[in-house]
Amino acid sequence: MHGFANPTRFLSIARPLTPILLWLGVALVAVSFYMGLFTTPADRLMGETVRILYVHVPAAWLGMAGWTSIAIASIVELVWRHPLAAIAARASALPGAFFAALCLITGSIWAKPTWGAWWVWDGRLTSMLVLFFLYLAYMALARESQSEAMAGRSGMSRIAAIFGIVGAVNIPIINRSVVWWNSQHQPPSITMGQSSIDPVFLWPMAIAVLGFSLIFGALVLMRMRSMLAEIRIEGRLRRKAMGASAS
Amino acid sequence: MAVKAKHQRLTLILLALAALIGAALLAAYALRDQASYFYAPSDIEAKGVEAGRAIRLGGMVRRGSIAQAADGVTVNFIVEDGKASVPVTYRGITPDLFVEGSGVVAEGRMDAGGTFVADNLLAKHDENYMPRELEDMNLDEIKQQAETTVTQ
Repeated sequence: MHGFANPTRFLSIARPLTPILLWLGVALVAVSFYMGLFTTPADRLMGETVRILYVHVPAAWLGMAGWTSIAIASIVELVWRHPLAAIAARASALPGAFFAALCLITGSIWAKPTWGAWWVWDGRLTSMLVLFFLYLAYMALARESQSEAMAGRSGMSRIAAIFGIVGAVNIPIINRSVVWWNSQHQPPSITMGQSSIDPVFLWPMAIAVLGFSLIFGALVLMRMRSMLAEIRIEGRLRRKAMGASAS
Repeated sequence: MAVKAKHQRLTLILLALAALIGAALLAAYALRDQASYFYAPSDIEAKGVEAGRAIRLGGMVRRGSIAQAADGVTVNFIVEDGKASVPVTYRGITPDLFVEGSGVVAEGRMDAGGTFVADNLLAKHDENYMPRELEDMNLDEIKQQAETTVTQ
């Protein structure tokens, strides 16, 4: 595990992996969108609006997966003091926030024709909105401590990591909200190997989830690489400045 | 020595996580009534809701219960959850997905006579996604349709 904490070794894997993940993801999403828009039928009750499923479900999954990665990377940062963990956590925040917002927006567009309201304050919608706000707070905290984390010093960075772990409490709440409480949002359609989604909708949805996940992975790798490049530039500038002042 | 510090941090984090999850579960448990978006008919029967208090009522629209009143804009129907049922009256435009046998969330209040007077209706989609071709046909209907096509 410590092998991956070495930035050089990480880069030698991340560099070729990024385009593979990205283009495979884009291809899968394109296939699922083609199926979702042209080859699948409309739903018996919802009609054409069911097609938003192929964006909404992957977005919800990645919004939650993004924070889960932040929490795991934060634990690794705090316990094992891996220098790359702090960077991985920071790199996951923006894509996660993007997908959480996409989930809220597509859900709202679907809710108006289906329920008759753009927004309701039930357990599922509220906890998802809280997740989006947590992302914003985390990004602000992480930004404050970015230079410290990159220099391998913890301190402020530790606060961002603790926030990442504490915020993870919201993830099971989002997941269970429709089971614990009466809610406007429907209960889970897919539970332990059973699906109440017709296979004709389920297949394109599964492809979309996989495709968007690969794109998410590529985005995180890209951001990690750019953050590592920033550290290098900063280090080089610092050395140059020191050399200049010495001479 | 370094290994020991690492284990110490791991234990600390695991303890903190356990405490955090415990606190969250306790909070969720305490909120289980307040955080519910609506009352089910059986909740109203079991706990009783005073007339006039603004609440939401959620459940299934009983099949065959939707009746249009003579004025054309008032609908009366029965919301049930398998254990109890509440009659509802609503004046206004119903959402497209408001059909018999499907879910509904009504905002309004109980009147003195035990009828729920709704100001607003939201349709509730269930967890089933099915193409239109299989439009909730049950086996009998499919058989029947097959027979009629054969005889024609």
